[in-house]
Amino acid sequence: MNISLSNVAWLEPVVNVAKGKNVGTNLQIIFKSLGIPLVGILVFLVLWSIAADRIDTSLGKFPGPGEVATQAKGLIKEHNAERIKAVAFYERQEIRNAERSAADPTYEATIRPYTGKPTYIDQIFTSLITVMSGFILASIIAIPLGIVIGLSENLYSAFNPIIQVFKPVSPLAWLPIVTMVVSAVYVSDDPMFPKSFITSMITVMLCCLWPTVINTAVGVASISRDLINVSDVLRLSYFTHIRKIVIPASIPMVFTGLRLSLSIAWMVLIAAEMLAQNPGLGKFVWDEFQNGSSDSMGRIMVAIVTIGLIGFALDRLMLMLQRYVSWDKSSATR
Amino acid sequence: MNPLLELSDVGIDFPTPNGPFCALQGVNLKIAKGEFISLIGHSGCGKSTVLNIVAGLYKATNGGVVLAGKEVNEPGPERAVVFQNHSLLPWLTAYQNVELAVQKVFKGKKSKAEMKAWIEHNLNLVHMGHAMHKRPDEISGGMKQRVGIARALSMEPSVLLLDEPFGALDALTRAHLQDSLMEIQKDLDSTVIMITHDVDEAVLLSDRIVMMTNGPSATVGEILHVELERPRNRIQLADDPTYNKYRQQVLSFLYEKQRKVETA
Repeated sequence: MNISLSNVAWLEPVVNVAKGKNVGTNLQIIFKSLGIPLVGILVFLVLWSIAADRIDTSLGKFPGPGEVATQAKGLIKEHNAERIKAVAFYERQEIRNAERSAADPTYEATIRPYTGKPTYIDQIFTSLITVMSGFILASIIAIPLGIVIGLSENLYSAFNPIIQVFKPVSPLAWLPIVTMVVSAVYVSDDPMFPKSFITSMITVMLCCLWPTVINTAVGVASISRDLINVSDVLRLSYFTHIRKIVIPASIPMVFTGLRLSLSIAWMVLIAAEMLAQNPGLGKFVWDEFQNGSSDSMGRIMVAIVTIGLIGFALDRLMLMLQRYVSWDKSSATR
Repeated sequence: MNPLLELSDVGIDFPTPNGPFCALQGVNLKIAKGEFISLIGHSGCGKSTVLNIVAGLYKATNGGVVLAGKEVNEPGPERAVVFQNHSLLPWLTAYQNVELAVQKVFKGKKSKAEMKAWIEHNLNLVHMGHAMHKRPDEISGGMKQRVGIARALSMEPSVLLLDEPFGALDALTRAHLQDSLMEIQKDLDSTVIMITHDVDEAVLLSDRIVMMTNGPSATVGEILHVELERPRNRIQLADDPTYNKYRQQVLSFLYEKQRKVETA
C-alpha cells in the first residue's frame, strides 16, 4: 500500500527541492499544497483572537487561541500527574502485599484498581472505543441488509419508506428510549460493560446505520446489467453471485456509506455521551459546562478542536481503508 | 440438414402500460454446426432480442429455441455471450476473468493445473497471452473485447453468441479482431451467431446473413447465403465482384426494402 507519497501532495516536491531538482516549480507546488492552507489557518486564528477579545461572558472573556493552548497543556499535565499517582498507587500496593506475604505465607495478595478520575486522554479513548463499537455494530447490520435490499426491487420499495423516516431522527430523541430499554433489558449483577457505554453505543448505532444501508442498497441496485448477465450466463449460485459480483461491484458505494456513517457516528456520540454520562469527550464538555470555572470555556474549546481533529482523522482512516480494499482507486480520492 | 440450433416461430411481447408491445414475431431459423450466422438490421429491429432469447436471458412469449435436442429455458455457459461492452469484471485481471468462467464450467472436470493451462490457452488464442495479468482499465478497448471472446470460448460453448462485439471499436482494431475471429472459428469449427450493423463485417465473416425487418413485430426478412471461399482476405475481396454483389444485396435490403422511417 502506497499511502505516503500519493496522500501528502507536498512531500514529493519537498524531496525534489532538497535534491535541487526543478526548484522553482516545486516551490510553487509546495506553496499551493502547504502554504495556502497554512495561510488559511493563520488568518482564522487571527480573526478568532480578535473576536474572542470582544466577547465577554459570565465566566470571563471568550477563550482565544492562546488561552486554548494553555488549557490543552494543562489537561496533558493533569493526565501525566494522574498517571504518576496511579503508578505510585500500584507500587505502594505491591510493597504492602509483599510485606504481608512475608509475614503470613497463607496471605493471598489482591491488587485493587486505581480509582482516580479519568483524565482528558482517558476520555478521548473512551469516546473512540464507544464510537467504533457502535459504528462496527451498525456496519455489521447495515452492509448485509443493504445488499439484500439492493438485490430485490420489491424489498427496496418495502424498506425505503422506513429508512427515510428513521434516517433524520436526532440522537437526542433516541436516547431516552434507548436508556429505558437498556435499563430494562441489560440487567446483570456484574455487567461486563457499564450501562452508559451500552446506551451511547446503541444510540450511535441507530443513528449511523442508515447511510450505509442506503448507499449499499443503491450500489447493489445499480450494478451494470452486463455484469449480471455474465453471472446469469455462468449460472453462478446466489452466494457466489454475491461474493464474486455484487460485493466487489458495490464496494465503492459501500465505502461512501461507511464514511458518511462514521462521521455521523462521531457527531452523535458527543451528544449521546452528554446525556448518557458515558465518560468520554461528551461528558467532559458537559461537566465543564456544569463546572463553570474560569477555565471551563477554554477547556471546552480544547474539546471542540479535539473532536474536530479526531473526526477528520477517522475519515482519513476510512479513506485509507477504502484505498486498500477497493479495486476502484478513482472513487477514493477525497 | 440436421440443425444444431433451431428457432421455431419465436415471438416476444414486452409489457408496457399501454398493453403488450410485440417486438418479434414468427422468427424461424435453423443453424447447422460450424455455421457462422450474422443478424443484421436497423437499430431497434429486435436483433439483440433474438440473441438474448437464444442466450436464455429473455424468455420468448411464442415459440421456442431448441439447442442439440434440448429446449432453451434459461441462460447457460453452453451458449456463451460476448457482450457489446466487453462486460469484464473491472476488479479482476484478464486471467481472473477467464478463470471465473473456467472454474464454474469445469469444476470437478479439470484439475487445477489443467484449468490454468486451459485459461492460458484461450488467452493465447485471442493473442492476449502477453497481458493476461492486466486489469480491464489497463488495456485498450480491443484488448478487452479479446478477453471477452477468450472468456466465452473458454466455456466451450455449443453456440457462441456475439452481440455487436466490435461495435464500439475503431475501424482498424475492428479489422484485426475480425481476422482473429475468422482464424479462431476456422480452428475450432465453432457455431457462431453474431449481431452486427456493419455490412462489410457481415459479408466478410458469415456463411449466412439473416436480414431482419424493422419493428415492431420484426421478423426475418431475407437470408443471404455467402458462398465465398475461405480463408477470406479482406484486401482481395475488396476488388471481388461476387463480394461486392453480396454487399450490394445487403445494402439494398437495408436502405431500399427496409428503409428506416424516422419518426423522431
